[in-house]
Amino acid sequence: MHNETKLLAGGMVMLGVATSALVVVPYLTVRDVPPPAELRPYTSTELRGRQQYIAAGCVYCHSQQPRAKAFAPDTARGWGRPSVAADYAYDTPHLLGTMRTGPDLFNIGARQPSDQWHLGHLFQPRAYVQGSIMPSYPYLFELKDKADAGDVEVQLPPGYSHGKVVVATKEALDLVAYLKSLNHTYAIVELPPGKAAPDAAR
Amino acid sequence: MSTIAILMSAFVLSVVALMIFIWTQRKGLLDGDPTAAEVIFATGEVGTIEDPAASSRRAQALQDTSPPQGVPDARELAERARADASSGPLVFFFLCCAFVWLLVASAAGLTASIKLHEPDWLVQWPWLTFGRIRTIHLNAVAYGWAPMSGLGIALFVIPRLLKTELVGARYAFLGAALWNAALVAGLGAIAAGFSDGLEWLEIPWQIDILFVLGGALVGVPLVQTLLNRRVHHLYVSVWYMGCALFWFPVLFFVANVPGLHKGVQQAAMNWWFGHNVLGLFYTPLALASIYYFLPKIVGRPVQSYNLSLLGFWGLAFFYGQVGGHHLIGGPVPGWLITLSIVQSFMMVIPVLAFSVNMHGTLKGRLAAIRHSPTLRFIAFGGLMYFASSVQGSFEALRSVNAIAHFTHYTVGHAHLGLYGFVSMVFFGAIYFVVPRVTLREWPSPWLIGAHFWLAAVGITIYFLSTSYGGWEQGKAMLDASRPFMESVTLTIPYLKLRSIGGGLMALGHLIFALHFALLLAGKSAGRDQPTLLRAI
Repeated sequence: MHNETKLLAGGMVMLGVATSALVVVPYLTVRDVPPPAELRPYTSTELRGRQQYIAAGCVYCHSQQPRAKAFAPDTARGWGRPSVAADYAYDTPHLLGTMRTGPDLFNIGARQPSDQWHLGHLFQPRAYVQGSIMPSYPYLFELKDKADAGDVEVQLPPGYSHGKVVVATKEALDLVAYLKSLNHTYAIVELPPGKAAPDAAR
Repeated sequence: MSTIAILMSAFVLSVVALMIFIWTQRKGLLDGDPTAAEVIFATGEVGTIEDPAASSRRAQALQDTSPPQGVPDARELAERARADASSGPLVFFFLCCAFVWLLVASAAGLTASIKLHEPDWLVQWPWLTFGRIRTIHLNAVAYGWAPMSGLGIALFVIPRLLKTELVGARYAFLGAALWNAALVAGLGAIAAGFSDGLEWLEIPWQIDILFVLGGALVGVPLVQTLLNRRVHHLYVSVWYMGCALFWFPVLFFVANVPGLHKGVQQAAMNWWFGHNVLGLFYTPLALASIYYFLPKIVGRPVQSYNLSLLGFWGLAFFYGQVGGHHLIGGPVPGWLITLSIVQSFMMVIPVLAFSVNMHGTLKGRLAAIRHSPTLRFIAFGGLMYFASSVQGSFEALRSVNAIAHFTHYTVGHAHLGLYGFVSMVFFGAIYFVVPRVTLREWPSPWLIGAHFWLAAVGITIYFLSTSYGGWEQGKAMLDASRPFMESVTLTIPYLKLRSIGGGLMALGHLIFALHFALLLAGKSAGRDQPTLLRAI
């Protein structure tokens, strides 16, 4: 091989083929799927909470993509129906996730609608789930002697109270608002023709 | 589209690619000329070993494994010394940065690993929470240790291969400074909770502009030196290094344009980037190092130049399209997944081409591994390239992926590739390069040995524990009759073992860095002569 132009041109063509397949074609076909009618956009509180979810790195242990029955018993575990591309119409950046060190959260808002449960669980996961390895997030809470007006006080299960009052910060409340918004229990009636289908075709 | 049709079209694509490949062969791209493989030697040098990391005694033992076939041309050796001198200060700067990021990444990685089984440890500080420190670990490896060492080695090797002096080093100096400033800012941003939210692409896009500028500046000397080359043949290492330096900016730029990607399309792009940064940046840099150092150390040209070409073009074609296998079972188009699975499996072709070739080159010279510290690391790395690639091909199959995906099994695979293969090769190459650029010897063969065994035993424990624990975790998750928590608790002993493996690796890196510091402090006394005079 004597010609660097041929070499680099060849290399770039190869990358071009890959980019067309994995970036350009999905851009043309699944980027702008219309959202399902029942899916509402995030509120500004929920979007702030979504930023907290990103900042804390929740995505490194929790997926947001229940799989088809042929792949995994996600529906049987109560994680919801297999997701489709349209479910993510408002999700930028996407938070599909690649690990399930913890459970899938695509429908955690439907599974666990209680503010208090979420707040307490973020403060100390092991107070609610025996053997959990989720980090506790004390930095999202303040310990006070007495709650002030407007404070959201966290009610911990017996045996986990501190002698002090645990008050949720705004960040914790935003994060919980986002978690509660994760509810994709509406039915997907039909898929837009030619658009993304869950990869269950085997 | 039915699965069969998708599979067929993917195969047709591959066959078309093969036709193009054969066409290029007719056009002379595939050069059967064996002299092309000898371009790394001076005239008459074939048979002469070179390992600046070996002590005099070991170097003699190493030379005894390979009878010299002639006397190297003194003028060409002096030219090579000038090439080394031209790149020396720049390479030294890159390697110093690499050492710093290696230590940062080890500390962050070990902390993250321990946190997975000690979830209430160091939770008071937001920047130390698992989700952030793990991400700092990944980014310090991905944009710190791996590119700084890989590019440093490339900048050392390229002038040697082009038989000319490095031109435009000052641009690369500026580029490296910008790059490191960007990385400091990027890790700080992640620690403070500012993240773009995509795996491998967490660093905010505003900071990414600095990376793009820095990367482009680092590329300048490559282009200028290529234009100044004094060789007819471009050796195979130049192909890998040259293409990697052009591939990476495209990947990084396309992936980081704000507002361009969204929803599921963004997920497809995310893994196109995530896997290509491994396949089209670190892997080619590491393979290029093996292609240069392994034949150089044993004093024998690569066995088959044609096989190396097959390996290169196979990698260039197939590797780019494998990213979709990260989304098997996800809400993305079925054809994309199938394409990626097929191409993941096709990767067996370039991997076999490489492995057969290296086996042939080392055949009958295995004793050299005993005597050459560099070769020990590089041979280990080459073996792990084969292992991790074949493992990756199988992992992309739906039946295996259904169990392995979402588990620590994948983490084990990632470390086998980026540590067992890429980092080990870079360690070996650094042992070779440092004496040449500092004109000092490594003070202690014992410390090199300690580094090797800590790294090798550490990654073995790491890989076995995450693989077995992850596989059991996957099986538990797939069994609806077992509660989810069972898949968590059963991994704990393996996560602890992983921390032990990681601890050994980190200790190895400390020894490596300490040894480097001793070398710089001039503790190489007791040697009979400077390495440089022994074998240029």
